Amino acid sequence: MNKRKWNGVKRELFKNKYALMAFVLLIVFLIAALFAFLSPFDPNKMSIIDKLQSPNGKHLFGTDEYGRDYFTRVLYGARVSLAVGFLSMIVAVVIGTTVGTVSGYFGGWIDNILMRFVEVLMSIPSFFLMLLLNAYMKPGITTLVLIIGFFTWMEIARIVRSETLSIKEREYVMYAKASGQSSFLTITKHIIPNIAPTIIIAGTLNIATAILMESSLSFLGLGVQQPNSSWGSMLNSAQGYIGEAWHLTLFPGFLILFTVLCFNVLGDVLRVAFEPKGANGEKK
Amino acid sequence: MKKVILKRFLNAIPLLFIISIIAFLLIKLAPGDPIQSFVTPDMNPDDVERMRKSLGLDQPIYMQYILWLQNILTGNFGYSIITKRPVLDMIIERIPATLGLMGASLLLSLIIAIPLGMITAVKKNTIFDRIANFFAYIGISIPGFWFGLMLIYVFSLQLGLLPSMGMRTVGTDSIWDVMKHGILPATVLAFQNISVYMRYIRSSTIRQLDEDYVQIQYAYGASKRHVLFNHVLRNVLLPVITIIGLSIPNLVGGAFITETVFSWPGLGLLGVTSIFSFDYPVIMAITLFSSVMLILGNLIADILYSVVDPRIRLRG
Repeated sequence: MNKRKWNGVKRELFKNKYALMAFVLLIVFLIAALFAFLSPFDPNKMSIIDKLQSPNGKHLFGTDEYGRDYFTRVLYGARVSLAVGFLSMIVAVVIGTTVGTVSGYFGGWIDNILMRFVEVLMSIPSFFLMLLLNAYMKPGITTLVLIIGFFTWMEIARIVRSETLSIKEREYVMYAKASGQSSFLTITKHIIPNIAPTIIIAGTLNIATAILMESSLSFLGLGVQQPNSSWGSMLNSAQGYIGEAWHLTLFPGFLILFTVLCFNVLGDVLRVAFEPKGANGEKK
Repeated sequence: MKKVILKRFLNAIPLLFIISIIAFLLIKLAPGDPIQSFVTPDMNPDDVERMRKSLGLDQPIYMQYILWLQNILTGNFGYSIITKRPVLDMIIERIPATLGLMGASLLLSLIIAIPLGMITAVKKNTIFDRIANFFAYIGISIPGFWFGLMLIYVFSLQLGLLPSMGMRTVGTDSIWDVMKHGILPATVLAFQNISVYMRYIRSSTIRQLDEDYVQIQYAYGASKRHVLFNHVLRNVLLPVITIIGLSIPNLVGGAFITETVFSWPGLGLLGVTSIFSFDYPVIMAITLFSSVMLILGNLIADILYSVVDPRIRLRG
């Protein structure tokens, strides 16, 4: 691993107070989601007499249409939302890094075909196809992770490709090639470790997209299914009660906004620090 | 000039071809035998076989694709399984609603984003700039459907100012009524684009202000306002055309969910309802139409850009 670049990421994180704030908040969310079982309420215990209560001292976020404690449910929803976002990002990063490095390293017709493929995927209305595929296959968390991952890797592939193009001309990569190391080893041992910060930044921004996608799909009823619930699927049932209990709509949506905002701020700050020229989208 | 347009056009053709294959496969891979939707209980197996033949379903898959493509190119998109109406008619009657909504939101985004982007560039690093930047972050992070629900809660349920669903009030037929219905969905659709445009315009204005021609204008004693409106604005607006092209996927994707939240009777709502009822012919047509919209949008942006920027035109 390239120590110097890693330290750069760390330094940038602590220097910028917005990035640090976003980072700390995300850690807090993660811990709250992990320790959701500490809540005194059972997220699935119904109690009809307590239904649709507004936020109060006992139920911080009120109760839902079955009288379940909404704060606890939001915490458990965070687990699903964050897990789907994170796992989809992994899928997208794996595909994107593979395609990007292969495309950039080999060039020629391989590069041509792969980049054409990326172009096609970018010019189809992916949200509609995601909806469709979710309906075709059995909707659920695994399907959702694979589908979101498969439709969001293109941007990562492009960035990784352009980084690979510049790195493969460096001496150490030349030496590796000249000393007879296989292409696979050159890519995994010499190229990928050196573009790791770029991949991490792209991954951070990708989580933001993935969480938004998941919430939209689940909101339409084609994502996370019962008995699991994510923030998006909670909003799906909450919209029916928007008139009498609008807090049910307020909290999960606000948390989606906040989480995505944190990932976006974090990713952007790091990106600006590492690619000063490409930071505002003028670089293709 | 003609050469540029022709070249871009030819580039779009293989893309459309691949998308048509994807759309075709979507129908082929769909669960269930398509013949089932035509079979009635009083048909015997021979009838079913004859029907299969007459629909071309006994042919190898590439022949089926060619037949299908022929039909599509002559405007025959088949019939909806649910409503039994020609799919093309259903699509055509929905297009104005979707294009209207997209156009309105695009206009709204530009009207807000251009001045905001330029002001924040001039007032770089002031409180105003920071606040605008914060809102831009919110714009790209907010789930559109939730923003829509919140707007419905505030403006329809609490204040009772604007209708929350549909495009027309039953019994009234006025433009004003349609506009009133469109305000909330157009706002939702515009919010994300405003953020993207604003940040883009801000950074390109900042770059322009550093250019020599601006310094020369100042040296000649031109006022800040004069430089900004007569010189910088023009150069800033050029790349905006490209960014509009790039944001078309956002608009098309956003239309699906925004139209669903507001029951806006456009292509997006039709697409989502057809998915829930597994109405394959409609699904396929929507896939094709939204892809074509996307590609055409990019094509127009490309062409417009080469029309307004002579440097690209000369390069060919």
